[in-house]
Amino acid sequence: MKQSKKNSTTSLEIFSISSETALELPIVSSGINAGFPSPAADFTDLSIDLNKYLVKNASATFYGRVKGESMKDAGIDNGDLLIIDKSLEPIDGKIAVCYIDGEFTIKRIKLEKNICWLLAANEKYKPIKVTPDNDFLIWGIITHVIKSF
Amino acid sequence: MFALVDCNNFYASCERVFRPDLIGKPIVVLSNNDGCIIARSNEAKALKIPMGAPAYQYEKIFTENNVQVFSANFVLYGDMSSRVMNILSSYSPDIEIYSIDEAFLKLNGFEKFNLQTYGQEIQRRVTKWTGIPVSVGIAPTKALAKVANRIAKKYPEKTKSVYLIDSEEKRIKSLKWLKIEDVWGIGRQHAKKLNAIKVNTAYDFTQLDDSWVRKNMAIVGLRLKQDLQGIPVLDLEELQAKKNIAVTRSFEKNYTELEQLKERVTTFSISCAEKLRKQKSCCNSMMVFIHTNEHRNDLAQYSRNIVVELPYPTNSNIELANFAIQALEKIFKKGYSYKKAGVIVMAFSPESKTQFKIFENSNPKHIPLMETIDKINASFGQQKVKLGNQDLNKVWKMKQEKLSPRYSTNLNEIITINV
Repeated sequence: MKQSKKNSTTSLEIFSISSETALELPIVSSGINAGFPSPAADFTDLSIDLNKYLVKNASATFYGRVKGESMKDAGIDNGDLLIIDKSLEPIDGKIAVCYIDGEFTIKRIKLEKNICWLLAANEKYKPIKVTPDNDFLIWGIITHVIKSF
Repeated sequence: MFALVDCNNFYASCERVFRPDLIGKPIVVLSNNDGCIIARSNEAKALKIPMGAPAYQYEKIFTENNVQVFSANFVLYGDMSSRVMNILSSYSPDIEIYSIDEAFLKLNGFEKFNLQTYGQEIQRRVTKWTGIPVSVGIAPTKALAKVANRIAKKYPEKTKSVYLIDSEEKRIKSLKWLKIEDVWGIGRQHAKKLNAIKVNTAYDFTQLDDSWVRKNMAIVGLRLKQDLQGIPVLDLEELQAKKNIAVTRSFEKNYTELEQLKERVTTFSISCAEKLRKQKSCCNSMMVFIHTNEHRNDLAQYSRNIVVELPYPTNSNIELANFAIQALEKIFKKGYSYKKAGVIVMAFSPESKTQFKIFENSNPKHIPLMETIDKINASFGQQKVKLGNQDLNKVWKMKQEKLSPRYSTNLNEIITINV
């Protein structure tokens, strides 16, 4: 698509919305070029598919709704929509949907030698140390947060 | 080689994915209308709650043992099933989806892989990606893969939920372990007959004379025997279009009015029409039936069905509903309390090969109309677009008091996470 930008006489690219179930935004690639056939004309049906961008593994992707403030400094606010991928490994630093002692929660994972910490992103909340006594499960890894304004 | 991948207690497992607090607790799932028990977790099986039992008979046991009861959430189960099947299809180009929760994979040409490891990878991946635990059985034939799967399920610790039958020794040991009545494809009648001649295990069955098996169990029995002997005769079945489609329901209460039955029969025929369109078939014949409650000896009994040959093949909601109503009017009698009705469509022809008749034809305008209705219903939830004589609120609503949210398919019902 670089070519299309180079040949475009306007800096404005126009995106329009298709109303299929997959939300695809077709790129009108040649702008308002008069007379000159765009080398990108063959690619007019390429489109931005947010599903493709946000969902890397559809079979393992689920959604969740945030309720609460404990992750606000990580940009996760009350009411946000979460995209959760269950196929990803819980590595140090990732933000995960965890299940601990009967409840779902969202925390950043911190792995130390044989110890797993769950860190909030809000100074009001203390880190949680996961011990073998906890009923604990890492349910999935958060890949994106969608906010509505 | 074949692998059979089977989800463990599938319906209960689907509920647990979104309710991890229920792991290790007894769960039962009830049929449409919350009538019968159609699925049980292992813990519920241990309480001796039988499959198919009417739920109301077990209410006391449910409360005493804190059994979690769910109405069947087929939207959720269907979505979780398609996730499992999608993952499985990346493990073999040949896959036969055998039911909502099990699939055969053909593993020909996979001999250079370590199949035990391959099975472990399938097992781990499906379980991790979807949250649904599965068991894997791998063997030279489909019937043996079923046996291997049963072993994997029975001994999850020992087998790590994967069992491979890859030697004559293992095959014989497995077959000696399996009771004849638990063999795939052996019904209760045949099991009885076999028990009578002292055939108690799958192994005993494979030792029978071919001629006895053929005589008593026909060619199907003989094929099964060979498959269990390790000679592959049962191949993957290509996805077959159904030969008839039935939508029948018992009502929550008795109906006495024609108008009430009309609404039900319209809804049933539309459900048939949708299923026909999904498999790109039209039907040429239709049966409609109505029953009173046969268990109520105190009430007058009436049951009647009627088969109508349609003037032209169709899968249009409007046309099928019209035919169904005409049929219903022919058999309806006033003065009875009806408990059950159903619509069965039969004699299919492919949508594409519909022959045009001179005088009467399916209205071609219905084709784009039905496509639109299907699209709308698919994106806005079931049955948003209905025919005028379908008014669910007025007459009938399925009893689903314990329905879990459609966690994975509806944005308004996804999990809420307290942060």
